[in-house]
Amino acid sequence: MLLEVTLQGVTLGGMYALVAMGLTLQYGVARIMNLSYGELLIAAAFAALSFYSGLALSPLLGLLIVPPLAFVLSYAIYRILLQPLVRRAKTREALEVDSILATFGMLFVIQGIMLALFGGAYFSYSYLSFPLQIAGATVAANRLLALVLAVVIGVGLYLALTRTRLGTAVRAVAVDPVAAQLVAIDVRTASALAFALGGALVAAAGVLVSMFLTFNANLGVVFTLKALIVVIMGGVGNLLGALIAGLILGLVENYVAVFVDPGLTLAATYAIFLIVLLVRPQGLLGRAGR
Amino acid sequence: MSGRDVLPTVIWPIVACALGVAALACVPFLFGDYGLSMAINIVSYTVLATAWSLFSGPTRYVSLATVAFFGIGAYTTAVFAESLPWVAVLAIAACLSVVVAAIVGLATLRLSGVYFVIFSLGLAELVRQLVTWWEVNKTRTLGRYVFTDITAAQIYWQLLGLAVLVFVAGFLIGRSRLGLALRAIGDDETVARHSGIDTTRAKVALFVLSTVFMTLAGAIMAPRWTYIDPAIAFNPVISFTVLIMALLGGVHRLYGPVMGVVPLALLFEFLLARFPNHFSIMVGLVFILIVYAIPRGIAGLVEQTVERTRRQPA
Repeated sequence: MLLEVTLQGVTLGGMYALVAMGLTLQYGVARIMNLSYGELLIAAAFAALSFYSGLALSPLLGLLIVPPLAFVLSYAIYRILLQPLVRRAKTREALEVDSILATFGMLFVIQGIMLALFGGAYFSYSYLSFPLQIAGATVAANRLLALVLAVVIGVGLYLALTRTRLGTAVRAVAVDPVAAQLVAIDVRTASALAFALGGALVAAAGVLVSMFLTFNANLGVVFTLKALIVVIMGGVGNLLGALIAGLILGLVENYVAVFVDPGLTLAATYAIFLIVLLVRPQGLLGRAGR
Repeated sequence: MSGRDVLPTVIWPIVACALGVAALACVPFLFGDYGLSMAINIVSYTVLATAWSLFSGPTRYVSLATVAFFGIGAYTTAVFAESLPWVAVLAIAACLSVVVAAIVGLATLRLSGVYFVIFSLGLAELVRQLVTWWEVNKTRTLGRYVFTDITAAQIYWQLLGLAVLVFVAGFLIGRSRLGLALRAIGDDETVARHSGIDTTRAKVALFVLSTVFMTLAGAIMAPRWTYIDPAIAFNPVISFTVLIMALLGGVHRLYGPVMGVVPLALLFEFLLARFPNHFSIMVGLVFILIVYAIPRGIAGLVEQTVERTRRQPA
């Protein structure tokens, strides 16, 4: 029983980590506090659902189609809607406020479109929902597959950011945009790429989540919130921190849901957030300052 | 300025405001039920938007939690209105909001603004889930009927009184040391701290004050619904609407938000009637338009025009 719950928690935590990695790219590199982030996850989940039930396409195929679309969409959103704000902002704080407001508006637009298309009901589909035995615990195959894919994507991203020239440039912008410019890094392009990559990641997470969770059009905000909490908990811009924090959050939430009361999971999330804010506001692996 | 000149500059604005409020107080006698319900809508959003910009205007900390406090007020009324006198209900609502706001403020306002925004983003959802959990597990009822003998006109007068209080509070804060401290924080928090301002205490104090007004507005509004459940009381669209109205009006002036409330309340009434299924898309688009086109709100536009005509007297 305990092992089963732990495995479920790890799967959920893996999703949170993936979602938070995308957000830390958008916030840490592109400096955009994107409140409509979770809506993209739900939109991707709906896309996977439509592919599966409408066109009988497997979610794995959806995983090849949806994230590239989200990449293009996010890139366009950054170039068209957010870059004017970046240009207008005099300080980083001003950009933060402006991006919060603009993306808050987008949140309601995207959510409204999904509500108009799908209504407020909960959706799910059953794909690979047969049980598997692992070390005496039973796990649904779709959960396990989602976890494996999340690990693959996460490791791929980590290697891309640490082992390639472009990835190093992106990380340099995260550390200091002005200094990055001095060593001939095109900050604007790097920011746009990071933002788009974040969008692709959250879309991938959306497809994976749709395989084993029920979701509805209003759920985006909750994912945004959890992603933000994981990012803060791990330390802004820190991928490894996001991974650890995501796993902690997923485990705690699942333990609370199973052993205490499923109605208190968000309260558990907030309790963790409060502890982090009071004890270690710079995050588990973050450096102090600012 | 001699003593004789001071008197008119102080007395006349007060008299004008008092006359204006007295005229507004006559609305229930002049218009029908529909007019009164519109007026209630406008006044309640005026309270919420002005209270919002009381804190978020000078400090530039965007709060997305308006409905958390509004809902706390509404639920207090739903729970206690039948058993306790009305004043006690309002007092309980105010106390609850002080406690919640102080916890939120002390946890997040010591740090940079982002933490506060994130915390406020989910606060309404958190309170909603906690109330739902409590109702389902402890009282075994989800959804309550609000039975009071408070009429619509009485709700309107209470809200009008609350609106007057918000404006008076805002006026006094603007002229106090606290107001100066907050403007300094909004301009540059580090500088403010170095010049000896206890920034955390100033921010928490004002945040608590602004949420008390929001909570009272919720408590007063609750009898309008007759039935409430957590989904109605903690509807996130309310937070969003308040934010848009305050921004359209302009948050850097006390009179700003009300200039956003009136046109948008009318517009939303129209949109809700014509496009009930696409309401949030439209509202989102209106909001994005405001953020890009008029970042300083109507109040900012007015100031710009006044400035321009002053500089080049035709």
